[in-house]
Amino acid sequence: MEVDATLDSGSEGKPYGTIFCLYEARRRSKNRRAKAQRKKKQVSDDEDDEEDEDEAPRKRGRRKRTKPQDSDQDDEEDKRSVRQKGAKASRRKAANEERDEESEEDQGKRKKGGRAASKQEKEDQNKEKKGNVKGKDETNKGSEKDKKKKNGKQSSSPVSSSEDESDEESMSEGEIAALKEQVEEKKKLIATLRNKPWRMKRRLVLLKEAQEFVEKFEGALGKGRGKKLYAFKVMMTKVLMGLPYGSIPRKTVPRSEQDTAMDFSVLFDFGVRILGVPCLLPYGSWDRLQPPGYCKYSILFYGYYNNERTIGVLKFRLPLSYLLTGVGIFGYSLMVVIRTMARNANEGGDGGDEGEFTFSWKMFTSWDYLIGNPETADNKYASITTSFKESIVDEKENQKNENIHLRRFLRILANIMILCCLGGSGYLIYFVVKRSQDFAKMDPASLTWFQKNEVEFVMSLLGLVCPPLFETIAELEDYHPRIALKWQLGRIFALFLGNLYTFLFALFDEVNAKLETEQELKNATEWAIHEYNANYSSYYNTTDVPPLVVNPADAVRGPCWETAVGIEFVKLIVSDMQVTFLTILIGDFGRAITVRFLNYCWCWDLEAGIPSYAEFDISGNVLGLIFNQGMIWMGAFYAPGLVGLNVLRLLTSMYFQCWAVMACNVPHERVFKASRSNNFYMGLLLLVLFLSLLPVVYTIMTLPPSFDCGPFSGQDRMYDVVMETITQDLPAFMGTIFTYATNPGLIMPAVLLMVLAIYYLNTVSKGYQQANLDLKKKMKMARDEEKNRRNNKDSTNQVMKDLEDLLPNKSLIPPPTEEEPPHDIVIEKGSKSTKMKPGSAGKGVNLQKEVSLAAPNPRRPVAHPPRARGGPPGHLRGPLPGPGRGRGRGAPPRT
Amino acid sequence: SKLFYRYRDLAPQLVPLDYTNHPDVKLPYELIGSMPELKDNPFRQRIAEVFSEDGEGNMTLDDFLDMFSVLSEMAPRDLKAYYAFKIYDFNNDDFICKSDLEKTLNKLTRNELTEDEVRMVCEKVIDEADLDNDGRLSLEDFQHMIVRAPDFLSFSLTETPTVML
Repeated sequence: MEVDATLDSGSEGKPYGTIFCLYEARRRSKNRRAKAQRKKKQVSDDEDDEEDEDEAPRKRGRRKRTKPQDSDQDDEEDKRSVRQKGAKASRRKAANEERDEESEEDQGKRKKGGRAASKQEKEDQNKEKKGNVKGKDETNKGSEKDKKKKNGKQSSSPVSSSEDESDEESMSEGEIAALKEQVEEKKKLIATLRNKPWRMKRRLVLLKEAQEFVEKFEGALGKGRGKKLYAFKVMMTKVLMGLPYGSIPRKTVPRSEQDTAMDFSVLFDFGVRILGVPCLLPYGSWDRLQPPGYCKYSILFYGYYNNERTIGVLKFRLPLSYLLTGVGIFGYSLMVVIRTMARNANEGGDGGDEGEFTFSWKMFTSWDYLIGNPETADNKYASITTSFKESIVDEKENQKNENIHLRRFLRILANIMILCCLGGSGYLIYFVVKRSQDFAKMDPASLTWFQKNEVEFVMSLLGLVCPPLFETIAELEDYHPRIALKWQLGRIFALFLGNLYTFLFALFDEVNAKLETEQELKNATEWAIHEYNANYSSYYNTTDVPPLVVNPADAVRGPCWETAVGIEFVKLIVSDMQVTFLTILIGDFGRAITVRFLNYCWCWDLEAGIPSYAEFDISGNVLGLIFNQGMIWMGAFYAPGLVGLNVLRLLTSMYFQCWAVMACNVPHERVFKASRSNNFYMGLLLLVLFLSLLPVVYTIMTLPPSFDCGPFSGQDRMYDVVMETITQDLPAFMGTIFTYATNPGLIMPAVLLMVLAIYYLNTVSKGYQQANLDLKKKMKMARDEEKNRRNNKDSTNQVMKDLEDLLPNKSLIPPPTEEEPPHDIVIEKGSKSTKMKPGSAGKGVNLQKEVSLAAPNPRRPVAHPPRARGGPPGHLRGPLPGPGRGRGRGAPPRT
Repeated sequence: SKLFYRYRDLAPQLVPLDYTNHPDVKLPYELIGSMPELKDNPFRQRIAEVFSEDGEGNMTLDDFLDMFSVLSEMAPRDLKAYYAFKIYDFNNDDFICKSDLEKTLNKLTRNELTEDEVRMVCEKVIDEADLDNDGRLSLEDFQHMIVRAPDFLSFSLTETPTVML
């Protein structure tokens, strides 16, 4: 406070600049507020004195101001304060009105736009004031000073309102000063209100007003608590609403659309259309498909971004980063998808024993002994049951053996039918889109709702009808369920993609049309500017022509096809979301409710019978996600806000679907994972990524960007930004390196090298695969061998039994029988199945019996054993002479 | 140790705190089977029977400790395989035969498979794992099969080795 006091005296003594005075006043009032809180019982006289002191510099400051209308106000205020000593309510009202008119004039001078709105506001304020004044009259006359203060406030509010209307940036110094002053006054009022001898009601009203005022404008001055809030508000308006009264045409709503731009239905126009809320808006003839709301000019879309080469101190290169981000997203996604696929492949490929003990492992190791929670246990039971069923069906399919010709015929038939379906749906969409383009040229008022929303309607309908149809057709094919599922998913996928691509082609037609319009517009604009320049110079006879000033809202603008494409994608996403949600609500929830409650009064069991509950279709939902991701990839370049929108959509749909699954779905009867590792889905994702990459890259490389919107306006091609950066911002040697690197002579060998590398790696991987197979074979053989050895111990081997039966004296031959089987196996290595053994071996045994009985020298054949090894044992052994057969059976003769 | 208190907590009225003179205390199966580790396990009765000395699921402290040490992650695979074999061998004839397999399967799936399916699965199991073609699984068959299983380590009750006596 001491410091404060000295400053006070200083400010009073010298004629400081206005701003300094204001600064003082502000500080003082701040201190005072704090003080008032601390020392509640301070004498009001002190306060009053200080206020007087405050008042003085303030008035001084005001008089110094340059703006005439403000000084007028001051004068009038003074006059009025004198007048008001008489405290005539009626006169005061009149004065108020006068002031309002005045301020209106001020505002009129400053700003043309938004006039109606400000008028409205002022009227409101006026009413308020009147109310206040009345209240004042009722309560008491109060002291002079109080009234003065009140008047000050009253006089200030119209000014402030007008200032509020005008763009903050365009405020002059004097206006800012005045605003500061008013804020200070309010603050003071707040601080001293406690000590005023008023009724509580009035105090509260005053306090509220003052606080609102301070909050509103303190931030605008860049100080105090309200600063952040204000900055936030401004940012939000700028960011979300596309800077409604901004300075750049493409971020500004055109005049013809301004009246309705803030209507809810317009803001969400593209979302609402499909629901059938009729659009009440005056569409321009050329932009029937575009939502003429603020969204269109907001950060959501391509058109919002600037083509300034560098921004700020850090030289942020917006166009370059826009392009690089757009392309980088694709690169990053590709990397992620491929990495995931590789990891999955590694995980899936490690099981060498895979398939050998499927059932045993399922039986003995599927229970997780750590489970200690009944719910988990339930899930585990269910999953074990499912997996058993799955394996059983697998096994049955393996054993099935039917009329292969009939099945082939049926499969071909089914594929033809499905191809017809796909072609039909593609044609339908193409037809509808073409029709909608015709409609676009007609007067929108004469169109019915259905005609307006035909495209979305047809696309959703196809998405709903076709998958079940495919499923029905797939019954014909009689595939193994897992394979059938893959086919089904692939077909739905083809349907979606076909639809999307038809849609895209139709869109490209539109883009081309837009490009033509744009060219015309560009020429017209250039011509107009040229004319203006010529006229101006001839009229004023000078070459120094000032630039043409046009309100951004009135500027002529091109169609900006990038934004249009972005809008189409946003519409697609939103309508997709609506269809999903509606399907869940009606198809799942409605069905569940019907089944549940009608079941009490129905002739058959609804829950078990025909309608039953909906099944949760995991694969279909995953496919939906993949498709959605594809649309995001495609649309993100034209509508960067789409990514955020999609995050929101995914979050809501996660919770919504979670609820739906828990509440009204039953698990699929036969769950088949599409594949053990998820590489099937990842493959689809990769395909989608590639397919969505194509159109975007095509537009980046070939189509000229719009001339008056987006970060690339003014360039011939979008990628020119990169070239520009290389030539201008990087050191010269980098530029030369780039020219060398882009030389075809260098690129061709590089491509060749890569092809060779791919070929080499492919060969290597094939080799590894072969080695893997061989190892597996060996392991299987080793296992068989082991099995046989055990069998021999127990003498359960069929061969040995036969042999033993045939031999005259069993008890004397144990050693040879023990050695025998390995030979047998060695001989039979060529044939894969051990089941062939009994037959072939039996033959051998028969032969051997005769031979061994006849042959006098049993040892001889051991000398050349491998002869029989090569070929199939049964056939080779027959023609062999006696000695050859007897080689292993040395035992019988020994007896 | 920790496990002793676990054991005692199951029936504080039966188990004395002082275990120095080895009192002859057994906890009935009802108490053992209601432990959180076991109560959702379809094989809880078998586990208790296998590890109890009397074969009826009534466990002394030693049995209890045995159970936890075998069913901990620290235990060697062969030991685990041995006890797993005993658990799945319902009729205690040292072979897992078809009836044992059926019981196991029914416990695992809560009788949700049809008889045909059960029979088929059991045939497949024997076909796969029976190395000596005697129509039932011996301990060696079982070990040979189970130690190759990728997730056999799930055959443990405790995630971290708590048995530190």
